[in-house]
Amino acid sequence: MSGTTITTDILIIGGGPAGMAAAVAASESGRRVTIVDDNPRLGGQIWRAELGKNGSPDANKLLAALAERRIDLINNAQIFGTDRDRSLLAETGAGTITLGYNKLIVATGARERFLAFPGWTLPGVFGAGGLQALVKGGFDVSGKRILVAGTGPLLLVVAEYLRSKGAQIAAIVEQAPVSKIIRFGLGLWNAPAKLAQGLELRSRLAGIPYPKGSWIKSVRKTGEMLTAAISKGGRERQFECEYVACGFHLVPNIELPSLLGCSIVQGFVSVDEYQRSSIPTILAAGEPTGIGGVEAALIEGKIAGFASTDETRKAEALFAKRDRTSRFAESLKATFALRNELLTLAEAETFVCRCEDVTFGVLKDFNSWREAKLQTRCGMGPCQGRVCGAACEFLFKWHVDSVRPPIFPVKLENL
Amino acid sequence: MIEIRIDGKTIRSKPGTTVAAAILNAGTDHFRASVRGGRRGPLCGMGICFECRVKINGAPGQRSCTILVEQGMEIETAANEDSAADSHG
Repeated sequence: MSGTTITTDILIIGGGPAGMAAAVAASESGRRVTIVDDNPRLGGQIWRAELGKNGSPDANKLLAALAERRIDLINNAQIFGTDRDRSLLAETGAGTITLGYNKLIVATGARERFLAFPGWTLPGVFGAGGLQALVKGGFDVSGKRILVAGTGPLLLVVAEYLRSKGAQIAAIVEQAPVSKIIRFGLGLWNAPAKLAQGLELRSRLAGIPYPKGSWIKSVRKTGEMLTAAISKGGRERQFECEYVACGFHLVPNIELPSLLGCSIVQGFVSVDEYQRSSIPTILAAGEPTGIGGVEAALIEGKIAGFASTDETRKAEALFAKRDRTSRFAESLKATFALRNELLTLAEAETFVCRCEDVTFGVLKDFNSWREAKLQTRCGMGPCQGRVCGAACEFLFKWHVDSVRPPIFPVKLENL
Repeated sequence: MIEIRIDGKTIRSKPGTTVAAAILNAGTDHFRASVRGGRRGPLCGMGICFECRVKINGAPGQRSCTILVEQGMEIETAANEDSAADSHG
């Protein structure tokens, strides 16, 4: 193993809103703060490629503060394991580095939940956030007809973003029933900033069909185009498009805190009011503690940053604000819960595990994730169950928890 | 602009473009062949799903959505293997 060791006081894993906010708060104490991120740039998924000009004011403020406080930043580094207490291993372009810390803040964000349906493995069927990320990375979708489908507020954000880049949005297909969406909208009166954002988004998207209680059933390739079948009110409707952007809300990235032994309750890192996990040296902020979006991530990150440097008074001053964002997270969860009809989308020949090409027909006879893994290699490919695990949790009610190091595939020479 | 080669063809890309975006812009959506030979392209766009793996400068299995284009980069996708098979078959 190559031998660079970096020792820091506060180590933050993840350079999205939660990690950036945590770093700025922690640096007020004057201690050494280091952010490690697996992407080429800071900002996480939400602020990806939006830092700098035309960027979000929140993002640019944090970026300026990070530069001014001289916070260390290690990009393109993938944490894959730990070798001893208060130490993590990361793979970088230049080999493995060891990261020693006094306090660790987990700000690893979330990924999209994907569900298996016939045709979801066809090229041109992207994640919703996935397609947005690719467009932010320079993929030109101008003039392309795109169907956006799945569930959650991210669909609206993605549709508006794609439209602003010249795409034509065929429809935004939301599986949550209209009654729940209305209740969710009313609930937003408690969060005026979000309501205004939501309404503004809807008005900019005016003219685009937004069926609720509607879901994608299949996609097939028809010549150069894709044809998506949509269920709405018991009837099926076909949409022809170049691309499909499909995601079913978010699942937290909890592989690292799981590996380190932090208590996980119902799929999220369990934290106290100071964002401390069950392990005293490890804190967590943002999506790993509950899917609450950027506002929750910023406030939790700040609390974690202060708490990690024993600035408890500063942390406590933010509790009330954090509790409001937690209520928003609860209402997101209730509104965009997956409907049972989605359990019937996969057919016997539909791949659930894309890395190992394991079909629904093969998986349905197993009783547990562990058993299915051992006998079919489901979840044993390079994504290590990050995609199929969430699908299997929903489809089979399996408890998907078997993280083993390395939590990301690494080159043999770096182990 | 940055010049790269995708499956032998020279492509010009803006700086800051990911390799995955450059491949899609070049009209290729067949990034890798699955274990049973299926056509696969990017899904998650954030380095988690491993569906966008291609060969970059001779190194196989690189997640193209996490890597930015660099001058002179040589990229090979599974579409390249298709056309090679076609011309030999």
